[in-house]
Amino acid sequence: MNRDWLPLVLILVLAAAALPLVPSSSTWLTLTVAGLAMGMMIFMMASGLTLVFGLMDVMNFAHGAFISVGAYAAASVLIALKGGMQAPSLAENLMAMAPALAAAVAVAGVLGWIFERVVIRPVYGDHLKQILVTMGGLIVVEQLIHVVWGPDLIPLPKPATISGSVLIGDAAIERYRILAVIVGLTVFAAMWLLLGRTRLGLLIRAGVENTEMVESLGYRVRRLFVGVFVAGSALAGLGGVMWAMYQESVTAGMGMQMMVVIFIVIIIGGLGSIGGCFVGALLVGLMANYIGYLAPKLALGSNILLMVLILLWRPRGLYPASKA
Amino acid sequence: MTRFLSGDLPRSRVLATLLIVICIGLVAAPFVFPGARSLNVAAKVAVFVLLVASYDLLLGYTGIVSFAHTMFFGIGGYGIAIAAAKLGPAWGNLALGFIASLALTLAIALVIGLLSLRVRTIFFAMITLAVASFFQILASQLSDFTGGEDGINFRLPALLQDRLACYYLVLAASAALFLCLLRIVNSPFGRVLQSIRENEFRAEALGYRTVIYRTAANCLSALFATVAGALYALWLRYTGPDTTLSFAIMIDLLLMVVIGGMGTLYGAVIGATVFVIAQNYLQDLMKIASDATSGMALLPNLLHPDRWLLWLGVLFVVCVYWFPTGIVGKLRARRAR
Repeated sequence: MNRDWLPLVLILVLAAAALPLVPSSSTWLTLTVAGLAMGMMIFMMASGLTLVFGLMDVMNFAHGAFISVGAYAAASVLIALKGGMQAPSLAENLMAMAPALAAAVAVAGVLGWIFERVVIRPVYGDHLKQILVTMGGLIVVEQLIHVVWGPDLIPLPKPATISGSVLIGDAAIERYRILAVIVGLTVFAAMWLLLGRTRLGLLIRAGVENTEMVESLGYRVRRLFVGVFVAGSALAGLGGVMWAMYQESVTAGMGMQMMVVIFIVIIIGGLGSIGGCFVGALLVGLMANYIGYLAPKLALGSNILLMVLILLWRPRGLYPASKA
Repeated sequence: MTRFLSGDLPRSRVLATLLIVICIGLVAAPFVFPGARSLNVAAKVAVFVLLVASYDLLLGYTGIVSFAHTMFFGIGGYGIAIAAAKLGPAWGNLALGFIASLALTLAIALVIGLLSLRVRTIFFAMITLAVASFFQILASQLSDFTGGEDGINFRLPALLQDRLACYYLVLAASAALFLCLLRIVNSPFGRVLQSIRENEFRAEALGYRTVIYRTAANCLSALFATVAGALYALWLRYTGPDTTLSFAIMIDLLLMVVIGGMGTLYGAVIGATVFVIAQNYLQDLMKIASDATSGMALLPNLLHPDRWLLWLGVLFVVCVYWFPTGIVGKLRARRAR
């Protein structure tokens, strides 16, 4: 989509810079895989938000609600399919996970569709109201989760064959992280192909660049937008399950907690840019893991630090895409 | 009286009555409603009126959404708490902590403002959210200094150990600062802020450097929030993440501003009063309703006392859509008709 390779090089630079600091290369490998896995999950959650912003200039502070709702929907399915999750065969585990992921995607998608119709449609073009209304929506959805699923934390164990780690050389790598990387890469590749190789993707990209022009050529950007919004919400739900399983628990507040990281990622990436979002997510994931290992006290500030550095370098983010 | 309120009268009979009732209620609270709980509610109302009014300066008057307001509230609280706990409960130490927290607030608000107010509303909202969450984690991590999740309990100078004296100090300070804010929003400076809210481009074209004005509004509002935090710390004799920094309080603030009415400081009075009273007494009411419907499915859950925020959230969304000027705006519009 663009020929600006510097941000990608930045990921390699970050990984390479960490190598001499970490005592052994096996630790480095563990940390890198952990960072990539975390980045992929953040990317799944953040991509929809940045695309929605780029396309329609809508910032949805309630995006976190879709993350939580997706995770809860999947948790319900997984609790019902407990047998499949605990079975010792990989096939059975995946058979149990597939409907759970599908449920998360479906429920979050439907919620997104309703949300777009009811909450966001009346406030196009008014940022102040968007922020307020979507915050209100977030409160309501979070409370409704309490109503439906109860106020307590729900434990969500990883499937039997995907928990634990494998040894590659000396490095112990959690199986679940490999799965997260695979799922994340699949999502990214699918989005990349959809946006870069199909007519629909062409329209979406054109819409991000210049909405009025696309409309004047006779396409209904509004319909595109609803589609993107639903897809983005569904992805948030998917990211939510992956994250919840990674944390092995589901809480109603998890979406809001992730929102901070997600905002940082999409600011780093450049509001509205999918490629930037991907790079930003990986950078944040890697940074969090390296710093978390090297200087745990600094870990919480690492994301903010990263954001400040990137904004000093490129004030509008890595790949400025939106019409600001 | 007009001069006292900076020429900004309630302009509605019902509103004026409500305001007078609230004022009398707050002044007479220790005698009319005896008991620790009701005095706590009254003090919380007094502090939150100031806090919400200072937030309204930003949100309602200037049209900037900040999620870092509780951070400044917290800085004020921790300033007092750390000074009183580490240096001892003397007036000088409290003043030192207070001034230090004001300085810190000013520095942070200035930096955030200059860095991110140049761009759009949304960007500022996201940046402040990130900074505030960072600060929250910072406060819980530096536990030697801030007491971590447990917060800090501290003692006050002898005079303030008396609950009644402390209450009237908080109330008087909050009322004075509220009038001060009223003066600010009705000054030429306040008019410029409103013009930025209405049409930034035009304000800029008229020769006002909007960045400067917005940054000034951000700093002022942050300073007032810091004072509110200090007052709240004085009242509670405790400062911790849950009473000052938590995101839940930020959401409460948003609810209070919007339900009361954005863009009018009287909205802050109404909003804070309604909200704090709802927070403390609505739950009792909901418990009755919840018990009454206990046979039905889901309904008792919806009416469960812990779900009071759900209903305020719904009210909030309804307010933003249909009554963007909140309760105060509605009351004033009724009179205009």
